[in-house]
Amino acid sequence: MLVEQIMKTQVITCKPTETIESALKLLNDHHIRHIPIVDESNQVIGIVSDRDVRDASPSIFHIHQDNDENELQNELRSIMSTPVTTIHPLDFVEEIASIFYEQEIACLPVTKANKLVGIVTEKDMLYTLIQLTGVNVQSSQIELKVINKPGILPEVTAVLGRRKVNITSVLIYPYEPDQRYKILVFRLQTMNPMPIIEDLHAEGYEVLWPNMPGIEK
Amino acid sequence: MTCEAKFVYSDQFTKYRFREGHPFNQLRVTLAYELLKTSNAIDDNHLIPPRVATEEELRLIHDPKYIQAVKLASEGKLTEDEGFPYGIGTEDTPMFAHMHEAASLLVGGSLTAVDAVMKGEVKHSLNLGGGLHHGFQQKASGFCIYNDGAVAIEYIRKHYDAKVLYVDTDAHHGDGVQWAFYDDPNVCTLSIHETGRYLFPGTGNVNERGIKEGYGYSFNIPVDAFTEDESFLQVYEEALREIMHYFKPDVIVTQNGADAHVLDPLTHLCCTMNIFEHIPKLAHELAHEYCDGKWIALGGGGYDIWRVVPRAWAQIWKVMTSNTPFSGELPLEWTTKWQEQAPVTLPDNWNDPANMYKAIPRKEEITEKNEKALEKALQFVQLKYNSPNSGI
Repeated sequence: MLVEQIMKTQVITCKPTETIESALKLLNDHHIRHIPIVDESNQVIGIVSDRDVRDASPSIFHIHQDNDENELQNELRSIMSTPVTTIHPLDFVEEIASIFYEQEIACLPVTKANKLVGIVTEKDMLYTLIQLTGVNVQSSQIELKVINKPGILPEVTAVLGRRKVNITSVLIYPYEPDQRYKILVFRLQTMNPMPIIEDLHAEGYEVLWPNMPGIEK
Repeated sequence: MTCEAKFVYSDQFTKYRFREGHPFNQLRVTLAYELLKTSNAIDDNHLIPPRVATEEELRLIHDPKYIQAVKLASEGKLTEDEGFPYGIGTEDTPMFAHMHEAASLLVGGSLTAVDAVMKGEVKHSLNLGGGLHHGFQQKASGFCIYNDGAVAIEYIRKHYDAKVLYVDTDAHHGDGVQWAFYDDPNVCTLSIHETGRYLFPGTGNVNERGIKEGYGYSFNIPVDAFTEDESFLQVYEEALREIMHYFKPDVIVTQNGADAHVLDPLTHLCCTMNIFEHIPKLAHELAHEYCDGKWIALGGGGYDIWRVVPRAWAQIWKVMTSNTPFSGELPLEWTTKWQEQAPVTLPDNWNDPANMYKAIPRKEEITEKNEKALEKALQFVQLKYNSPNSGI
């Protein structure tokens, strides 16, 4: 999946010469947490977050002091973070997840030919991951523990395919206690996964879920 | 307390049959009816035949193109590829001859049940052939072709202009009905179901509360796998009492799926017959308290058709008419007749034996988790009561 498929293209921006007060208003009005700062040619030269703005705002304990108003009149260039990590519309969504994680940031402006074309936040990323797990389609989930070897996935999906059941998503992750195995998670578009589970058992696969320990059905 | 009620019934309900071996089997309606008959709890005066829903009535919820596709499939004129976008011809909802007619009869049954109550003929009515809550506007799903519950509610809105509370205690989330009224403030839906973490359809999270005008009129309480009677009933009772008080409906429509039972092959809840006595009892009590008795009950899921569904569904009728559930031994006439066909040993008592399953090791955690889900689901109601401008 590419960044251009999940980015928001309507981006609220500010100029570096605008005031902190105007950024504060934008953050509140639009319920957003980041504002890219762009120059005349729409190049990203900085970014301010709600936290930057809060840090630069007067404390609620000092609201009656004379210099309060002045603080909010400072230009955004004085508090913006720079340089800004940006991404390209053709980057992969999986890659930006690790940027969020490693750099501990929550927002990435998207640039094309150095011009701002979109924005992706951690929230968009999470939403996309939820979509990828397939829970947005009516489905049941089954989990299998299989031997960690090439060719195991098509063997398992062949069993599913015989039942003409649509697979909405597949996740594969390592089985932590023993690297000789891995876990396959399928979401299947069926209300009755029992025949499939019986087929898998018959083929010798270990179905971790659904199983009913100690319950005789 | 005895109440006037009608039981919608036809032996034609069994025509809604996908294929041999498919878990959805309407023989369970016949089994429940015969159990009531042999228990002397029902007679012909109580029966009311279902009418067939018209196409215009189906269109209250369903898309004309979808209805057309079902009609074609009914006559064997729909290809597999044409059926796929409509969810017809899958493992769950395969095509079968006259499926349109069979499904229209189930919907008509629920409309018959609605009219009996809303015209004031009786206080309560029961259509065990209905409760097909997964059907979507233009898609069959989860054994459901047409969504009779949703059509019935829209029919109530259109013809009787009443506020409807829909209560769904099937082990699967009542998604089709929820989405049909997700933006409607005059229809409040409450679904208590096994969490969608693994179980179909996967939706029904606490945060699904409705949208636009309908925000705050959709309630979901997903309970954990292996939930037992006590915790299930605690959630049900507290949620239903609170929501009744908050919404104050004119009529209640309940979907009484019987698949939360420990013996059900498709779900992972560990409830016993106990809940199927209490579920209708509270619905009955609150219908009288808030809705002048107006209560329409429907069937739903339930895939152990021999040991669970007949008893669970017979209790709805018993509570509806006498407010007292059956207890003691099942009529020998019924068990003797059906034991010949049943692949399992039929129960001989209305109640389940103690210790019918091994103790659930995580009982305490499960109970706590369900309490948290309940708390989150009802947060909105509490906020409304506690806000200074609530006017409540």
